Amino acid sequence: MTDARDHESHENDPHAGGSSENLPDSPAGSAGAVPESAEPIADPGLPAHEWRPTDVDERQEKRAERQVAGMFGLSAICVLLFLISYFTFDIGDNHSTFAGFGASTVTLGTTFGLALLFIGIGIIQWARKLMGDHEISEMRHPARSSDEDREATLAALNAGLEESGIGRRPLVRNSLLGAVGLLGLPAVVLLRDLGPLPGDVYDDEDYPGAGLERTVWTKGMRVVRDVVGTPIRAADLEIGDLVNAVPEAFYEVDEEGEHLIEGIELQIAKSKAAVIVVRMEPDEIIPGEGRDNWAVDGVLCYSKICTHVGCPISLYERTTHHVLCPCHQSTFDLADSARVVFGPAARALPQLPLAVDDEGYLVAQSDFTEPVGPSYWERG
Amino acid sequence: MRLLNRSAGRLSRHRRGPLAGVVLLLLGLVLTGSLYAAFAPAQATSAESDIEQVEKGRELFLVGCAFCHGQNGEGILTQRGDTQLGPPLAGVGAAAVDFQVGTGRMPMAQPGQQAPDKAPVYSQDEIDALGAFVASLGPGPAVPDEEEYSIEGLSADEREEAIVRGGQIFLTNCTACHNFNGGGGAMPRGGYAPSLHDTDPKYIYEALLTGPQQMPNFSNGNLPPEEKRDVIAYLESLRETPEYGGFGLGGLGPVSEGLFAWLVGIGGLVGFAVWIAAHSTRSTKKKGQAA
Repeated sequence: MTDARDHESHENDPHAGGSSENLPDSPAGSAGAVPESAEPIADPGLPAHEWRPTDVDERQEKRAERQVAGMFGLSAICVLLFLISYFTFDIGDNHSTFAGFGASTVTLGTTFGLALLFIGIGIIQWARKLMGDHEISEMRHPARSSDEDREATLAALNAGLEESGIGRRPLVRNSLLGAVGLLGLPAVVLLRDLGPLPGDVYDDEDYPGAGLERTVWTKGMRVVRDVVGTPIRAADLEIGDLVNAVPEAFYEVDEEGEHLIEGIELQIAKSKAAVIVVRMEPDEIIPGEGRDNWAVDGVLCYSKICTHVGCPISLYERTTHHVLCPCHQSTFDLADSARVVFGPAARALPQLPLAVDDEGYLVAQSDFTEPVGPSYWERG
Repeated sequence: MRLLNRSAGRLSRHRRGPLAGVVLLLLGLVLTGSLYAAFAPAQATSAESDIEQVEKGRELFLVGCAFCHGQNGEGILTQRGDTQLGPPLAGVGAAAVDFQVGTGRMPMAQPGQQAPDKAPVYSQDEIDALGAFVASLGPGPAVPDEEEYSIEGLSADEREEAIVRGGQIFLTNCTACHNFNGGGGAMPRGGYAPSLHDTDPKYIYEALLTGPQQMPNFSNGNLPPEEKRDVIAYLESLRETPEYGGFGLGGLGPVSEGLFAWLVGIGGLVGFAVWIAAHSTRSTKKKGQAA
């Protein structure tokens, strides 16, 4: 495709000249290479070119020039203000503020944004008011390539196939296919190595509660408040209470005061073992099958991890006993074994069987009896 | 000083005038009266017995609350019998009354999913009387004293520690409904968790203690008093913290930020695109013809 085919000016002389030579010679009637006889209605051509005020009025032109320069000047001022605010306003401990906002962030963002904006506005104003005012008409062409081009391309392709001899040399062809196919294997091996297979995790990792089907909870482990780590006395809870809790193991320390579970192991363990403890009227609870002794006087404990995609949930309504996951609105009825009453979750929240130890604190009867969190392939 | 001397001199000239005795007598009476007014009512209120306050509360209750909560606060079922028109109030304590009536949530203007807070209908004295009556129905949490939720008495380090711990407790227990910055959020079936930005510390404490409406409670056996105080200290520190990152759009996350990006951001871009592509002004004059 050449320029001559792409663009056809309604002017007779090319535009290579400066902007001052843009005056169309005889605009009307001279446009287009289409013969007039080919059209049922004669091509009226383009209307006479109307100049912009800035093209014909020198004062307007000067004014537009000043506007554009003004925009660029404002941009320069904004850059200076940016530099001044960068060095003036403190951040960190002694943060300068401005109208309740961090002064540094707001001024840096505003001045730099305006600096860019003013350059943009200036350029557009320049283009609209002052730059060359050509009118260009572009003719439509069929999208299909010409027959010559198509034939030439096919010929080149066939010549390549013929000369490489890919049809005649099956050994080369097949070994190439094999080599390229094998290139997929490194990707498979690397992806496979991102983590242990669910079945291998017990053997590969040796932290407490490793694996998809187990958590840190064990028989007799105390349920403690999250963040503060204090044990919960069952008798101290009132109807309607909600406690965000974790296993006591997260707060156990050895002789040197080092936490037994810490770092990434703690994160993994917490992502599975976090629970919510609620107390409701005992006669409002519908005990699940085989769960008659899992509650302590109306105190129930459920996994905090949504069974849909694993968001931690504690959006609990004491009046309805519903807990809602803010991610996708799955709703669980804690009075009825955390049955799903709404939303995309497919399984009830796993319940942690509770008991009370000698001192009256809540403890777990065992680990969860089913895997916590979202479903996965092996669970079906 | 000179002025004072002069006016004292003028006063002094009249000290033996015929009206001096009357003026002095009046002055003495006014002083005595105002002193009495300043000290006497305190004795009078402390003398008002609990029984009188409960009785006053009962009268207010019968007029304003009994329609839904029953004449003895026993609660009234709706006609279908499966929901409460007003819940029973035995055991909710004075704290619940102080919160519900003090924030204007009660009396409710109309039944609904949520009782919104509005200008309180009762004066603090009346609320105290109502609270005394409801507290007499059954043991419940009392209205907390200010030192229970204030960190005034702590040293700077202890305050810092309280705010940090309060923040952790808040982020664990409260953000699910009230948003990470206490801005509130939506709840099921048209309810909402209110914003905590302007809530009086006393009412935050009472709400934690009594669990109004759908909110679970954080009784003292659940969240000990000093941890409640820490949460309140954190929320108050949030109010004083400037928005370092600029305008937070209410801290609501993708909803308000997305709305802003769509309306203001993309709207602005569309506006510029229209300006860039718009026809520029044209003149009827020919080139070289201008004056």
